[in-house]
Amino acid sequence: MTGRVVLVTGGNRGIGHAIAKRFATSGHPVAITSRSGHADDAANLLVVKADVTDPASVDQAVSEVEEKLGNVEVLVSNAGITKDGLILRMSDDEFTSVLDANLTGSFRVAKRVSKGMMRGRWGRMIFISSISGLGGQPGQANYSASKAGMIGMARTFAKEFSSRGITANVVCPGPIVTDMLMELTDEQRAAFENAVPVGRLGRPDEIAAAVEFLASESAGYITGTVLPIDGGLSMG
Amino acid sequence: MSDNFERFKKCAVDVLSVDEAQVVPDATFESLDADSLDLVELVMALEEEFDVNVEEEELEGVNTIQAAFDLVTSKL
Repeated sequence: MTGRVVLVTGGNRGIGHAIAKRFATSGHPVAITSRSGHADDAANLLVVKADVTDPASVDQAVSEVEEKLGNVEVLVSNAGITKDGLILRMSDDEFTSVLDANLTGSFRVAKRVSKGMMRGRWGRMIFISSISGLGGQPGQANYSASKAGMIGMARTFAKEFSSRGITANVVCPGPIVTDMLMELTDEQRAAFENAVPVGRLGRPDEIAAAVEFLASESAGYITGTVLPIDGGLSMG
Repeated sequence: MSDNFERFKKCAVDVLSVDEAQVVPDATFESLDADSLDLVELVMALEEEFDVNVEEEELEGVNTIQAAFDLVTSKL
């Protein structure tokens, strides 16, 4: 199998890490970005330091990946933060800083790697959104807005770059067992579990499996799609 | 003119994957099979080569090699 150069932003933990490991196991050269430049488990991964809120940092990180692995062919735009709070208590800064990291950050990286994909006439962009972006989530006006924004942006990437063999798709994880989910209270987690038709929380590898498929040759006719992976939570 | 045109031609050949002989002043981008994305890519390469800055709206109506060459070199 010919390996594709994969970049996973925020690939040091959680869903991003599971995605990165899956691609690496399948034999692809994989780079991950993290804000610290470190990852607890970096086996078979190139770890580069990047702050997606800083265009110069994004440029430097992608350049490093290009030098060491080659042009990025598969981008998994996963880096994201939360600053939860009810709307009445959410400051402008809490809102815009989450938008900047999750939405604009994702734009910065995708734009930066798109040049290489255009030259190579092949590319896969997979944006990790959230079911919060589809249905809203109390306490997450900022996060939900950023994740909903990724959908319109991804579909624009899909249309603008379609003639270059580049696809752009969105995956919307539901409640997945990660550090981010563990920040919720036990009651909130239990409420999720009860609400999910499948009857349990999801696993990061269940997201990774779908992402790997969307990045494959076989998925070349799938673009601009939004795929919830949530045990049925967002149905109807 | 000729030196700059050689530099311009090199960019066009690289970006548009066309033959050097096709890059003549009155060639249209359409005849070179270049779409709007190609034109943006070409202009980005030219900005780098000539160290100039071209605004998005200036590309309006730029349909030929001559027009693109004039646009870029007018900024030198």
